[in-house]
Amino acid sequence: MHNMKEALIPVIGEVTDIRIDTPDVKTFRVVTPDGKKAFDHMPGQCAMLSVPGVGEAMFSITSSPTNTEYMEFSIKKCGCVTEWLHQMEVGQQITIRGPYGNAFPVDTAFAGKDMLFIAGGIGLAPLRSVINYCRHYRDRYGKIDIVYGSRSKADLVDYNEILSEWATDAGVNVHLTIDREEEGWDGHVGFVPNYVKELGFSTDKTAILCGPPVMIKFTLAGLQELGFAKEQVYTTLELRMKCGIGKCGRCNVGAKYVCKDGPVFRCDEIDELPDEY
Amino acid sequence: MQTVTKEMLIAKAAELLDNGSVTRVFGWQKGEFDYDVTPALFHSAAEMEKDFVWNDFCGANFSKYLIKDKGEGKVLVFLKPCDTYSFNQLLTEHRFDREKVYAVGIPCDGMADIRLIKEEAGEGVTGVDTEGDELVVHTLYDGDIRLNRGDFLAERCKVCKSKKHVAYDELMGDDGEIADSARFDEVAKLEAMSADERFAFWQNELSRCIRCNACRDVCPACSCEKCVFGNPKSGVENKAASDSFEEKMFHIIRAFHVAGRCTDCGECSRVCPQHIPLHLLNRKFIKDIDTFYGEYQAGAEVGSRAPLVDYTEGDIEPSKAVERGGANA
Amino acid sequence: MRKCVLADKNALLAAMAAVSRLYVPVDGADKQAVFSEWKDGAVLSGKLNTNRSAKDFFFPQTENMMTFKMSGKKLEIFDTRREHEDFILFGVRACDVRSFTVLDNVFLSEPVDTYYANRRAHGTVVSLACNKPAETCFCRTFDIDAADPEGDVVCWEDSENIYLTAKTEKGEKLLAALENVTEACGDDAADGVKTLVNERLGKLPLAELKADKFGGGKTDAFFNDPAWDSLSEACIGCGTCTFVCSTCQCYDIKDFDTGHGIHRFRCWDSCMYSDFTMMAHGTNRPNHMQRFRQRFMHKLVYYPENNNGLFSCVGCGRCLSRCPISMNIVKVMKTLGGKEDA
Repeated sequence: MHNMKEALIPVIGEVTDIRIDTPDVKTFRVVTPDGKKAFDHMPGQCAMLSVPGVGEAMFSITSSPTNTEYMEFSIKKCGCVTEWLHQMEVGQQITIRGPYGNAFPVDTAFAGKDMLFIAGGIGLAPLRSVINYCRHYRDRYGKIDIVYGSRSKADLVDYNEILSEWATDAGVNVHLTIDREEEGWDGHVGFVPNYVKELGFSTDKTAILCGPPVMIKFTLAGLQELGFAKEQVYTTLELRMKCGIGKCGRCNVGAKYVCKDGPVFRCDEIDELPDEY
Repeated sequence: MQTVTKEMLIAKAAELLDNGSVTRVFGWQKGEFDYDVTPALFHSAAEMEKDFVWNDFCGANFSKYLIKDKGEGKVLVFLKPCDTYSFNQLLTEHRFDREKVYAVGIPCDGMADIRLIKEEAGEGVTGVDTEGDELVVHTLYDGDIRLNRGDFLAERCKVCKSKKHVAYDELMGDDGEIADSARFDEVAKLEAMSADERFAFWQNELSRCIRCNACRDVCPACSCEKCVFGNPKSGVENKAASDSFEEKMFHIIRAFHVAGRCTDCGECSRVCPQHIPLHLLNRKFIKDIDTFYGEYQAGAEVGSRAPLVDYTEGDIEPSKAVERGGANA
Repeated sequence: MRKCVLADKNALLAAMAAVSRLYVPVDGADKQAVFSEWKDGAVLSGKLNTNRSAKDFFFPQTENMMTFKMSGKKLEIFDTRREHEDFILFGVRACDVRSFTVLDNVFLSEPVDTYYANRRAHGTVVSLACNKPAETCFCRTFDIDAADPEGDVVCWEDSENIYLTAKTEKGEKLLAALENVTEACGDDAADGVKTLVNERLGKLPLAELKADKFGGGKTDAFFNDPAWDSLSEACIGCGTCTFVCSTCQCYDIKDFDTGHGIHRFRCWDSCMYSDFTMMAHGTNRPNHMQRFRQRFMHKLVYYPENNNGLFSCVGCGRCLSRCPISMNIVKVMKTLGGKEDA
């Protein structure tokens, strides 16, 4: 377990596996040098990864806490740190500290509920942790629906896991969509917010949204049209962070620090924040 | 004592606002005291009656604000003689649209330096009035203190390079002359030091830097959209110096970047919260340019090519310049 | 309460310096007051306050946190911290003492910032009442008493004596070590100074500034106020206000490759800087007004909301005299708080 007394000093993490998910997303498996998990976490929590000399950045932990052997991070290449991570090879040591932030209320508010997961693009990363948690403790939850969309088939993260594991589970329905028609795709075509409305879910579900801000905005509107209350919808926020412990000031929005009070927020809680996230 | 009064400036602005020549006015806004003046945009004569000031503490140079200003119609800007050099230099660099600006040149009898006044009068200065050649300093604990105004002018004003406006649409009052300034005397003193003494001088000054970037952010020559010191990919983007070497590099690199474009407006030293005489770095460049290439004043005319970006066959050979530097090193 | 005649002040300071390293305000080369290590015979600054705030002693502008060594794919992490030695800060004003409380709430709340905690644990704060508060002072706005400051040891000076009283265990320990250079006096010995200071505080130009319209839960009242546009109009976006501020605590963590190893250091940062919230895909505060607003909303609304109503401004007035364009929290408070509906 990471010693929280030294909150800003990381431990060494070794990358033991690198999976290429999409043209710009890779999933990295990380353990300590003696082959253990660096620390325990709950679904939705994050970790600071760093490449010394390049920088440190916050990532959501993609793997489920029920995985006792290692942690996984699905990371899209988009800046200095992620570019470096994308070019490293298995065996590379990086640094890791955490866990940071709150978590999805999987054992409280979610318990016994029908779950509706809605993700766009790399937004699946934080949801994969909670989806696999719910699948692991299958009897604690009701029906599970997963709506996942991406620009194209090649941009669907964890496509194989989705098809071979999630879609084959009892009581789990997977609804995939891509933005534009393409050869070899006979599934749904269209944007996630519209697809959610077309699918027309019953309003007794608890919804969890994650994706680009524009997708979240329109999907939330769509869910409200279907009759969902904001109190039933959860999402995660992403802002620049340096410390992860609510002190460096970067992720401060209103009286909240996204690294500490988030990243998971209920949509009615987000409404109370000033419009600056 | 300023020869143009606040009332005259408000009347001029009112006239130009009334006849539609301009839609807004860049002017100095009254603060809590007489000397904490804030640059502001005024939209009516009534707003100006309420808050506009023109006194011995209106040092702020509006030229750089013209880059950001994107309002409708023309903006009126009051320019002191030294401001007009920055104005021209920014025009030379195509940083704002001349057609969107109505420039009124106003004479300037120098600006007072509140820091010098507080050093003399102590803290608790609640106001400063100008009476002829005297400053009447109102204090909390020592009543009114009368000071000789000339002694408490800002350094840049004591060695004012020009009372002549080099740009304007309209001039109020009488224009002055380019002065035979003593502004390079301090630089000459530094040049006369040994290299070790000079290093110690700058070490002492620059070690106080807190990297607040005020010098850069106020500088009319520092108008890059993205500064090298704000670019994470530059490798030099640090808010604080990671060591004492880098501390000096920031200011030296900045001085190089503005060399040949710096008009010696002195805003950098005015705003430095740590009182570092940054203008001396820039003046050294100006002095060297004058020596090597003949006298050149950035901003004196629009479109002039600075010697550093204009090759001529008569240019000094680099080896000569190095020799000269070497002899003095 | 104990006292020491002013003529023996050097001996008093020498006795403090014998206890541990002692820092006192002296005039620096730029004629501004700066905390420097006390030397025998040092002339203390006559200025009301230091140019930079005293926060530097607990939260320095830059500090190395750790070092890394990379060879091939292997990595080593070295905690480069050393246990801090004890030190005494003499002559801290009431505003700056309060700023330590503001910083404590951030850095000492769980999870504790051990770098800050290390320094804080080893510092003893000796405060000094403000006999001549300046025109830029407004500590009373935030219920700070410059006539009777907080601190481990509190001092008052009149024309003859310096009076000392301990307010904490740390302070009592220090006072005990000063017994040879001080003598006991009545607890009312400094009352004359207190009365004088209180009178003067009441007559300051900013004495009437009130903060009661601000505080936690007031986000909606101020966030969308159109006045933010004009208030922020002239701001040049530098970090002067942030860096001279005794309570601003935002920081950056950065790596610096020396060629012989990589230092990870932290340094002050400013929410006024355009890259403060910049991520690979953009920023949540793209325009300057938003960044300007963040600084003041944080001090007047967000921080109090998280800290039982305590404001994150102590009225020290440094930003009033240092801002390049003379825009500051007083002007912001007067503009926003002066409205009927706020």
